[in-house]
Amino acid sequence: MSSAPSSLTQGSQPAAGPHPWLLRIAELRAWLFLILLLVFFELWARIAYGSTFVFSLSTMQSISIYTVAPLLLALGSTFVIISGGIDLSIGFIMGLSAVVAAHAVNVMGGVMPPFPAMLIGGLMGVAVAIIPGIINGLLISKLRVPPFIGTLGMYGVARGVAFLLAGGTTVPVSNAWFAALGNGRFYGLPVVVVVTVIFLLLMHYMLSQTRFGQHTYAIGASEQAALRAGINVGWHTQKLYILSAICAGIGGVLYAARFTAGAAQAGEPLLLDSIAAVVIGGASLFGGSGSIFGTLAGALVIAVIQFGLVYINVEPFWQFVSVGVVIIVSVLVDQAQRSISGGRRS
Amino acid sequence: MSTQPLLDVREVSKRFGGVTALNGVSLQLHPGEVVALAGDNGAGKSTLIKTISGVYHADGGEIRLNGEVVKFATPEAARGHGIETIYQDLALADNLSIGANIFLGREPMTKAFGFLPVLDRKKMAKAAQETMAQLDFHVTRLDAPVGNFSGGQRQAVAIGRAVYWNAQVLIMDEPTAALGVPEQRKVVSLIHTLKAQGRGIIFISHNLQDIFAVSDRIVVLRRGTLAGERRIAETNHDEIVKLMVGG
Repeated sequence: MSSAPSSLTQGSQPAAGPHPWLLRIAELRAWLFLILLLVFFELWARIAYGSTFVFSLSTMQSISIYTVAPLLLALGSTFVIISGGIDLSIGFIMGLSAVVAAHAVNVMGGVMPPFPAMLIGGLMGVAVAIIPGIINGLLISKLRVPPFIGTLGMYGVARGVAFLLAGGTTVPVSNAWFAALGNGRFYGLPVVVVVTVIFLLLMHYMLSQTRFGQHTYAIGASEQAALRAGINVGWHTQKLYILSAICAGIGGVLYAARFTAGAAQAGEPLLLDSIAAVVIGGASLFGGSGSIFGTLAGALVIAVIQFGLVYINVEPFWQFVSVGVVIIVSVLVDQAQRSISGGRRS
Repeated sequence: MSTQPLLDVREVSKRFGGVTALNGVSLQLHPGEVVALAGDNGAGKSTLIKTISGVYHADGGEIRLNGEVVKFATPEAARGHGIETIYQDLALADNLSIGANIFLGREPMTKAFGFLPVLDRKKMAKAAQETMAQLDFHVTRLDAPVGNFSGGQRQAVAIGRAVYWNAQVLIMDEPTAALGVPEQRKVVSLIHTLKAQGRGIIFISHNLQDIFAVSDRIVVLRRGTLAGERRIAETNHDEIVKLMVGG
């Protein structure tokens, strides 16, 4: 009986639901929800106002510009959440970067022409975000602080430092190039949107086509499996939190450029939105699943809800309520899906 | 039996503080041989396999692989020499495909559009299919995550990973413990397949029935020492149990 394991030889791996599908269903769910929302607001616009929501260029442009900051935060969070972590500090890292970029562009503007001042100041804004990212990573990977607590602490630290640097107020910037970065057009498209789309494609490539992305999924599924496969989980975790902080840093710089001012509280309301975007987009807070285009759909869903509610004259505070409800429902759907598809873990 | 053993563990000792976990234990493994490692809890089975696979470093004695003395600083080093351990809890990433699991940590890359480095999923899928076919496991859905497979199938994937990387010595820690009876049989037949391919297998189990079904020899440990060694053909359950509990 040296080779007769015929019982293994069958095509009927019964529970084998295809992986990309499962992932894609979660992702598609977000796109479907987005379409439903657009249809709803469009019908409302036609019936109540005799106007259009979806086919209004200015509405769509506002939505796409609004989506930039929460989406940038959410892109980094997609990686972190897939790995089974969470980063609560990104909102204030974004504020910190906005304030530092505003100061830096002003200071550089004193010693060099506006264009290089804009470039160097902007880069400094992104660079400063790396510091809290490194500290987050060290806390979590080396000192084994739970991500929730470590990044919550950094939330406080970054917030305090950002307000201190801003002197408790907003820091206005006077630099024409910086203003153009925030409000200019590139072939008719807002520059911030173009920058974000390029960054989004880069993140999608990293997550879906590189070892870095593959290891992120593996760590989220089983840290032990990743360790035994020889993956340096500690260093990988470190890189994930730096990436998350850099995303927040870019968000902060683009914010400062758009409003030609740096504000410490720039990202405060965006933390909830960005995590909601990732979760609506099909990522599991248990780690192991998620995608960049899912997150894009999630970010658009939130932006459409917010603009749509204003459009139909709902009190703006309902936005918070609706986003909170959408997060909770998404997590419930994720859990239900797990128990139905018989995920082996948990 | 060929004269040169694949793996030759000679008088290996290991202490943890004041506790002697292994005391001069020797074990030989030949190509195409299955050696079962038996013993009660705390007998030193896992210390011994962890010493062989580079997790622990022996305090005394030596380990020879194909006649050469080897000292592994890490499990990766042992794996590089063809010693692969398959753990009870499998160590698979449930959300990844068979191919991605086989290549986890050493993924092949290719170029898209002639310049952009991307994961070579085709190569991973092809390797998965061929490797699993070697184990008589014919996969139809190569993109399915391994979390969707049954316990025995997942065990086959873990073994497939070792086989793909050309493991000569497979150490299997309780491979049947978490499985139902039909699945246990599948794993037993997998071990027969590996044996026929000339690999050496160290098989740890509490289940004497499985041990007798697959092993050529049994090595029994008791309190860190060698309690006895028997050829399967020349022993029975009672004798092994006696060796395990002592007396």
